[in-house]
Amino acid sequence: MKRFIGFVKKEFYHIFRDKRSMFILFGMPIAQILLFGFAITNEINNVELGILDKSKDHETLKIINKINASEYFTIENVVENENEIEAVFKKGEVKAFLVFEEGFAENLHALHKGKIQVITDATEPNTANTIVNYVQSIIQHYQQELNSTSDMGVQIDIQTRMFFNTELKSVFNFLPGVMTVILMLVSAMMTSISITREKELGTMEILLVSPLKPVQVVVGKVFPYIFLSIINALVILILGVTVFGMPIEGSLILLAFETVLFIITALSLGILISTIAETQQAAMMISLMGLMLPVILLSEFIFPISSMPDLLQYISHFIPAKWFIIILKGIMLKGVGLIYLWKETVILIVMAVFLIALSIKKYKIRLE
Amino acid sequence: MSITLKNITKSYKKVTAVDDISFEVKPGELFGLIGPDGAGKTTLFRILTTLLFADKGEATVAGYDVVKDYKEIRKSVGYMPGRFSLYQDLTVEENLEFFATIFGTTIEENYDLIKDIYVQIEPFKKRRAGKLSGGMKQKLALSCALIHKPKVLFLDEPTTGVDPVSRKEFWDMLKRLNDKGITTLVSTPYMDEAALCDRIALIQEGKILKIDSPSNIIDQHEKQIYNVEAKDMYQLIQNLKEFPENESVYAFGEFVHYTHSNENFHPEKLEKFLSERDHKNISIKPTSPSIEDVFMDLARKKDVKPTENEA
Repeated sequence: MKRFIGFVKKEFYHIFRDKRSMFILFGMPIAQILLFGFAITNEINNVELGILDKSKDHETLKIINKINASEYFTIENVVENENEIEAVFKKGEVKAFLVFEEGFAENLHALHKGKIQVITDATEPNTANTIVNYVQSIIQHYQQELNSTSDMGVQIDIQTRMFFNTELKSVFNFLPGVMTVILMLVSAMMTSISITREKELGTMEILLVSPLKPVQVVVGKVFPYIFLSIINALVILILGVTVFGMPIEGSLILLAFETVLFIITALSLGILISTIAETQQAAMMISLMGLMLPVILLSEFIFPISSMPDLLQYISHFIPAKWFIIILKGIMLKGVGLIYLWKETVILIVMAVFLIALSIKKYKIRLE
Repeated sequence: MSITLKNITKSYKKVTAVDDISFEVKPGELFGLIGPDGAGKTTLFRILTTLLFADKGEATVAGYDVVKDYKEIRKSVGYMPGRFSLYQDLTVEENLEFFATIFGTTIEENYDLIKDIYVQIEPFKKRRAGKLSGGMKQKLALSCALIHKPKVLFLDEPTTGVDPVSRKEFWDMLKRLNDKGITTLVSTPYMDEAALCDRIALIQEGKILKIDSPSNIIDQHEKQIYNVEAKDMYQLIQNLKEFPENESVYAFGEFVHYTHSNENFHPEKLEKFLSERDHKNISIKPTSPSIEDVFMDLARKKDVKPTENEA
């Protein structure tokens, strides 16, 4: 244990004496959060919709078919009761609900007026906005068709409602993303660099010819970064809540647990990289290209996964960041608990265990 | 025996770095591996410190097998790699403390062993290791390698890149450590350092040319060597190589060392040969061989051998 403490102490000296590490650790998160205030519009594709049809007549059926036939939407869920909507949203099965009023067709013919409500899951505000626009244009098109075949002069009224992030603040969307990216960067890149630095400077040679066990070296390397990453996560959350008014609806303890879980997953990726890379530069390139890009592109941080080609959607399942962002949004915006997030949590645990086992197996106890 | 090697062979792709080497180092001995860069010294060190597997052969260190008992060896040896391998961003004191801790000891516990060396760098103990001079870096590295009182000490080219004064000091320290009974295997490309070892192995291109004590090696050398001196060194070497029946000609400090291929050497003839070629202030004197002379001779013979075999 004394050996381990001595090792960890040495690691902290390295970190605190290297200006670059200090900048990446503490300057970058703050800068990124404050700079990431831009909105990105995107196209949507095959977005899952839910339907609550209180009328069930020929007109609503036609509209539903029309929407289902478009390439933008697929109908995923049909509920019978308004109370069920929130639960479906929390499971993340659909991105939006269409609600038809009772007696839709009758109203349309008698009063020349029908009402449809679009409820969107606004944890992803860009997607939510785009969904509303697309639904509106499909229904307006249907309205024009009706009016051109008869002279009823019908009007379909569309109400929109947002769930979870009612103000459609995009900061609520990017903050979990930025937090994920930064934790990944700090944990994976910094550990892989700090281990390869020992190889590059030749100190690994001395560490190997010492009674230190591989596990002691690896855990000793990783431990300071677990600690610093937790501080980082705290800084990001405090900034998010105080500067941007980000809500944390769910349990703080669950949030802390999931964050540590993700940090451990990212750290084990870092160790794995360091077993492959021989130089600090190689470690940095692998971390940036192999981790940062997929994390930014395939995690739903910026681009909606549902609109991507099948191959990319498939790959995205293997990106730990994707699952962590779902968890973060779930806890912070929807306030859901482990009951809804157990699947994502189990996936992260499996990934972490697999990566740790693989990197300990690949850790070289000799120079070749 | 503190170290034994039996038919150790190691190749990297096509290059054979260590070729069928066997030798033993007795307890308490200061044993030198002497050879130029690329002779296979570092590979040999890495095999003995359990960092590399040999392709063939067996080796033990402090009685432990380098493959089976690598964990025991790692606990009981001190290793100072050829490259400065301490933490440059840690201070002198922090480095020493770190190595003491990972070997499960403290600076105080073994202070008497490193005292001689450490007092010389102690005034700079708050300085970062990266900011030390070459000689001081080596003293710190040696202190770190010694802090756990190793049974066997491995020093891979500890004086390369160090100024002559620090080199001398370093060897004085090694001698004193040796007196305390620590078995030491040290490598160096500097032939003049060889004389300071108890026994040496001359090594070239992965093969051992000779193993003995430095004095025996010199005594057994039969070839008479001549110091030749003249004004124009470069021209002198060129002309000496033209002298009939010359065996070897190479610069040695301010002189040229010359050996003749047979017993019929007459200095007067050579002097005449040289003055005919406009050399001034010629002096030709017999001299006793140094380790370097022996090495050059052995290395040359080894190179000549294959052609003899072919013939």
